[in-house]
Amino acid sequence: MKILVPVKRVVDFNIKVRVKSDGTGAETAGLKMSMNPFDEIAVEEAVRLKEKGVATEVIAVSIGEPKAQDTLRTAMAMGADRGILITTETSPEPLAVAKLLQVIVGRENPDLIILGKQAIDDDMNATGQMLAGLLGRPQATFASKIEIADGRAEVSREIDGGVETISIALPAIVTADLRLNEPRYASLPNIMKAKKKPLETIDAASLPVDIKPRLTVVSVVEPSERKPGVKVASVAELVEKLRNEAKVI
Amino acid sequence: MAVLVILESEAGQIRQASRSAVAAASKHGEIDVLIAGDEAAAQAAAKLPGVRTVLHAPGKEISEGLAEPLASLIVASATAYDHIVSASTAAGKNIMPRVAALLDVQIIPDVVAVVDSDTFVRPIYAGNALATVCSSDAKKVLTIRSTAFEPVPAEGGSAAIVPMPAAPASDASRIVSVTVAQSERPELDTARIVVSGGRGLKGSEAFHDVLEPLADRLGAAVGASRAAVDEGYAPNDLQVGQTGKIVAPELYLAVGISGAIQHLAGMKDSKIIVAINKDAEAPIFQVADYGLVGDLFEVIPQLTAAL
Ligand SMILES: Cc1cc2nc3c(=O)[nH]c(=O)nc-3n(C[C@H](O)[C@H](O)[C@H](O)COP(=O)(O)OP(=O)(O)OC[C@H]3O[C@@H](n4cnc5c(N)ncnc54)[C@H](O)[C@@H]3O)c2cc1C
Ligand SMILES: Nc1ncnc2c1ncn2[C@@H]1O[C@H](COP(=O)(O)O)[C@@H](O)[C@H]1O
Repeated sequence: MKILVPVKRVVDFNIKVRVKSDGTGAETAGLKMSMNPFDEIAVEEAVRLKEKGVATEVIAVSIGEPKAQDTLRTAMAMGADRGILITTETSPEPLAVAKLLQVIVGRENPDLIILGKQAIDDDMNATGQMLAGLLGRPQATFASKIEIADGRAEVSREIDGGVETISIALPAIVTADLRLNEPRYASLPNIMKAKKKPLETIDAASLPVDIKPRLTVVSVVEPSERKPGVKVASVAELVEKLRNEAKVI
Repeated sequence: MAVLVILESEAGQIRQASRSAVAAASKHGEIDVLIAGDEAAAQAAAKLPGVRTVLHAPGKEISEGLAEPLASLIVASATAYDHIVSASTAAGKNIMPRVAALLDVQIIPDVVAVVDSDTFVRPIYAGNALATVCSSDAKKVLTIRSTAFEPVPAEGGSAAIVPMPAAPASDASRIVSVTVAQSERPELDTARIVVSGGRGLKGSEAFHDVLEPLADRLGAAVGASRAAVDEGYAPNDLQVGQTGKIVAPELYLAVGISGAIQHLAGMKDSKIIVAINKDAEAPIFQVADYGLVGDLFEVIPQLTAAL
């Protein structure tokens, strides 16, 4: 069984991103970049399936600037067997990413595609579902548990109010939620080994896919700041303020 | 032109988040709604004010909300509509991007403001920026952040109900089991007061014995940080944040929560925020209207008793 894992290079989750003063976007220059945390979880799950003997090959694919190869090296240091980088100058929207991934799926025929549920930069939570739609394949989003047996995946999903378990026929698309697993740190020897794993680079422009954005960014602004609050000295003072000043209890 | 709003129901009632989606959609013309499920759900949908027609899809698969049949059904109905809208619930997030892809449209998730029929505002980077985007797609597929739109009332309308064909049976995807937590407390995403606990509670016992009595005294919903959920103090559906539930109650109490950006993303639009934390430097105090520095194991029982 072959598993494809799309991984995105994003601003590290610890960094509070600021808006550019001209209002055209977020200021990302010079910030620490990392693999999208949900994609680390997706890679971890794929690698575990390989370690269990369920999967035979794990392929990581990233779409973006040439520097996204660092993200692919991280995926390979975690245990992915090879990487595919599709280079683009702009950052494509989920629909375009899904269409580019569709081309790779056509070439590689993976039995399972595990994506992150959400990229923490655009917060779209869309690419996996869009890819599933384009491919006409079943989807299991927000996965907290995956079991593979008899050509199907049984997936527990985090839903409003609880957990749902569904069974989907492979080939299928799964998106990883936070509690699917705890991703490993790559060891130094594995980081060294990852440098020698195959990494293929494809120019997006050479693929028969229209990736022109459908959304034009009109402006990007900071949300309004909350006005500064006060510290209260005691429970009694807190209750008094909530009753008489804020009038919320 | 017309809008199609995809509704969700629970126990024969239309979910409040879906009623917010109807409110957001009302800016785009005549409203038809699509509801999957039993007769009672269709009747409830017909009562929503401002709704012209209820498209009612009966059948088990559909009412279970599996993405594949429901997306196909929505796409089959899409021709007559310029906008297709749902709430940004777990179900909306699951289904609507699939619908958008089938229509060759870029989805616009988590809309917090409607500028005009092509232009929408949505948060990015965990809510640290608000992007206004203009769509060039012929149809717009949107999900609505319900905290940003006052819901329409549950009653007042009398729309016609039109039955839809049943979805074709398929074994590609099926439900194995559903575990939904039963709680007497108000729902997290619509409660007037939310009491949330973090890693500072140190265990599920404290969550139960210290935090919940406060919530019950206030008639509040209970929420949690990711750390509290990961540690098993609280179930996953209580997680508030960038990747959990988005809440904006009148009063939000953050107890033993440090205030990571991912947590703030889910609650910083609350009207009044109270932070209780023993670390005076915790970032949660930067967004709190009232901060109390102290040990929650002393403060919370005192607060519960004082109310
Ligand atoms: C991809 C991604 C998505 C995420 N999504 C979310 C999300 O949706 N929601 C979310 O919440 N987090 C999310 N996180 C996690 C987030 O980064 C933080 O790790 C998390 O919010 C921390 O939870 P916490 O505040 O409970 O724990 P901690 O940061 O450990 O804080 C515990 C706090 O409790 C205080 N405390 C300890 N003991 C006491 C006491 N006796 N009395 C009073 N105070 C006490 C401490 O001073 C401390 O401030 C996400 C992270 C990633 C990477
Ligand atoms: N540029 C990209 N390259 C590789 N994978 C991506 C890219 N964009 C999105 N993805 C995948 O799609 C998931 C969801 O992203 P999004 O729909 O943008 O929130 C991510 O967690 C990745 O697995």
